[in-house]
Amino acid sequence: MESTAANFKENALGALGDARLRDALDKLSGGFPENRRKAAERLPEFEALRDQARDIKHHVLENLDHYLEAFEARVVEAGGTVHWCRTAAEARTTILRLCKQAGAKTVTKSKSMIGEEIAINEHLEHHGVEPVETDLGEYIIQLRREPPSHIIAPAIHLSKEQIADTFREKHRDLLADRPLEEPRALLEEARGILREKFVAADVGLTGANMLIAETGSTVLVTNEGNADLTYSLPRVHIVLASLEKIVPTLEDATTILRVLARSATGQEMSVYNTFCTGPKRPGDLDGPEEFHVVLLDNGRTDMLGGEFHDMLRCIRCGACLNHCPIYKSVGGHAYGWVYSGPMGAVLIPNLIGMENAHDLPNASTLCGKCEEVCPVRIPLPRMLRAWRKRQFEAQNTSKAARAGLRFWAFFAGQPWLYRIFANLAVGALHKLSRGRGRFRRMAFLGGWTTLRDLPAPAGKTFISQWHGKKPSESGHE
Amino acid sequence: MSEKPATLPTHVGLFATCLVDLTRPQVGFASAKLLQDAGCQVSVPKAQTCCGQPAYNAGDNADARAIATKTIKAFENFDYVVVPSGSCAGMLKHHYPGLFGDDPDMAARARSLAAKTHELTAFLVDVLKVEVTGVAFDGTVTYHDSCSALREMGVKRQPRRLLAGVGGLSLKEAKESETCCGFGGLFCVKYPEISGRMVDAKVDDIVDTGAGTLLSGDLGCLMNMAGRLHRRGIATEVRHIAEVLAGMADGPAIGAAEKKTD
Ligand code: SF4
Repeated sequence: MESTAANFKENALGALGDARLRDALDKLSGGFPENRRKAAERLPEFEALRDQARDIKHHVLENLDHYLEAFEARVVEAGGTVHWCRTAAEARTTILRLCKQAGAKTVTKSKSMIGEEIAINEHLEHHGVEPVETDLGEYIIQLRREPPSHIIAPAIHLSKEQIADTFREKHRDLLADRPLEEPRALLEEARGILREKFVAADVGLTGANMLIAETGSTVLVTNEGNADLTYSLPRVHIVLASLEKIVPTLEDATTILRVLARSATGQEMSVYNTFCTGPKRPGDLDGPEEFHVVLLDNGRTDMLGGEFHDMLRCIRCGACLNHCPIYKSVGGHAYGWVYSGPMGAVLIPNLIGMENAHDLPNASTLCGKCEEVCPVRIPLPRMLRAWRKRQFEAQNTSKAARAGLRFWAFFAGQPWLYRIFANLAVGALHKLSRGRGRFRRMAFLGGWTTLRDLPAPAGKTFISQWHGKKPSESGHE
Repeated sequence: MSEKPATLPTHVGLFATCLVDLTRPQVGFASAKLLQDAGCQVSVPKAQTCCGQPAYNAGDNADARAIATKTIKAFENFDYVVVPSGSCAGMLKHHYPGLFGDDPDMAARARSLAAKTHELTAFLVDVLKVEVTGVAFDGTVTYHDSCSALREMGVKRQPRRLLAGVGGLSLKEAKESETCCGFGGLFCVKYPEISGRMVDAKVDDIVDTGAGTLLSGDLGCLMNMAGRLHRRGIATEVRHIAEVLAGMADGPAIGAAEKKTD
């Protein structure tokens, strides 16, 4: 997908003016965070589980090559194949080749953020293969040709009326005046259409929430069960996953599942937790004949060992989005690419380049809520600062901002000079406020005064007043 | 502390913060009074300016480091450094040490400063074990937990504990007291519309409590919320918690007119 992350400011302004988006985001704010809180409260060992999950992922990243090789060996033993892909283009080519080999005209897909990351749908379409998203949210945004606006709830930005309109527009062969007011009706209609696609599909393409080194299994988590039909009905199953998804053992995978669902939606477990190990074995009643794992790097190994290393622990639960006041103000599309919220603001510059996503690390108050809720305790604010530091060092920070900062820092570094100017400025501003206590407009603080009054200074600085007092009162200074 | 004779009072360096120094001196006086009433000797070094956060959060570590060096030198000889702001206290405590990665001597000095730096209300409750008595404030207040105070400095129960001792005051918690107000230092100037959406949500939440006064321990957040409350014509008064605790909440509230003509 083309990124518009460079236009964050314009995207955000558009989003702020969108009343329907606002309703959708208000609903999200009311739901997920509260559910997470309750789920965490119900499980006394939740905090300890978070520590364990963090430690598992940390350990994996320290020994990534070992576990990846072990995973590949198990996949091969089970009769599958692992395809190592360094870039998005390599992964696209590999998947298309596998589809062509299978003679595929239709590919069913279950939700995969990596699929979004490498824009696999566009690529397949372009080469005459029809990809069909089977997760309801993904299906809707595929019809609308939109990127997901949330990593676990891709169509969260839409109202049910918008979805009904989309269905009427795209499902032309159904009665035009059919009732679509109820969410149930939308679901049934999508189900009916998808059922045919499930049967027609030659290849099932899924993502993976985890890859288990011990068993060579891939783990898929859904609430709709669509992944099970996606992988088990077609002849060929392709799993697309990035390489940091690996965990050492089945036991580790269950630990992560326990924090994943609680952090994401407040569920104790997602409804369907699907483990796939190799193709169908003799005697199995169903399952694919071929099992392929496309293992994508796409810039991740470059993050190893650096300032953004910890970001690779991310299990894509979406908690940092659900709790982020910026995300809740502007929604996911403002971020301009497939990821969003705090995790997106850290990850996107890593994947598409800092110069293409300049605003993302800056559009944060560093309030720390994301780190507070992240199940694997990723220090997101620290990494947002790390990007800002790189931007400053690369002189990417705007000239005006740099000049302002340098000017201010110069005074802040010279207390005596600072005192003199501070007293002059504060005195002048106080006079200017003429006892009203605040300003409605301030030339150099336009951003502030468009929406807020600016409280006026009291007239003399604290330090000059303090030291103007009797020495007995002012201590030994 | 332990090396000095028991008769000498605890010597506190008050880091007033640039916002208090420039815009609301009475927060500095109120903080000093609270510390003095608790038996501390309070000094306000003239060599203080700003904690350096604007530079640090903009990625300008060189300037942040230069400012940190000055602060460390001005404050390292006190028994404690007390700051009437969770955000500036957090800067001294959690971010100064990391600025001196290649200078072990300064890094050690930054760490020792960090170890004795406290946010005002946490210092009063956790270190000095102060009980508030003999102070009155008539009315219902609500308390905003500033992000850095809450998440970097562990300040949550301390201000509430202190407010519980104020006669006539009742505290009405807001639903979203822990949600960021959208100030974020330079953030509110760089992304005014997003910040505006955030502060509006905050203002709605404050109004919902029905409280007549909004308190917090961070002047940046308070100015942001006061600015928006005023712009929306809402009469909720806004004050730093130190003013109430020190019995100095009689002057004009933040952003309010000096005379009763406005
Ligand atoms: S950064 Fe943490 S909270 Fe955000 S999606 Fe990843 S794991 Fe979840």
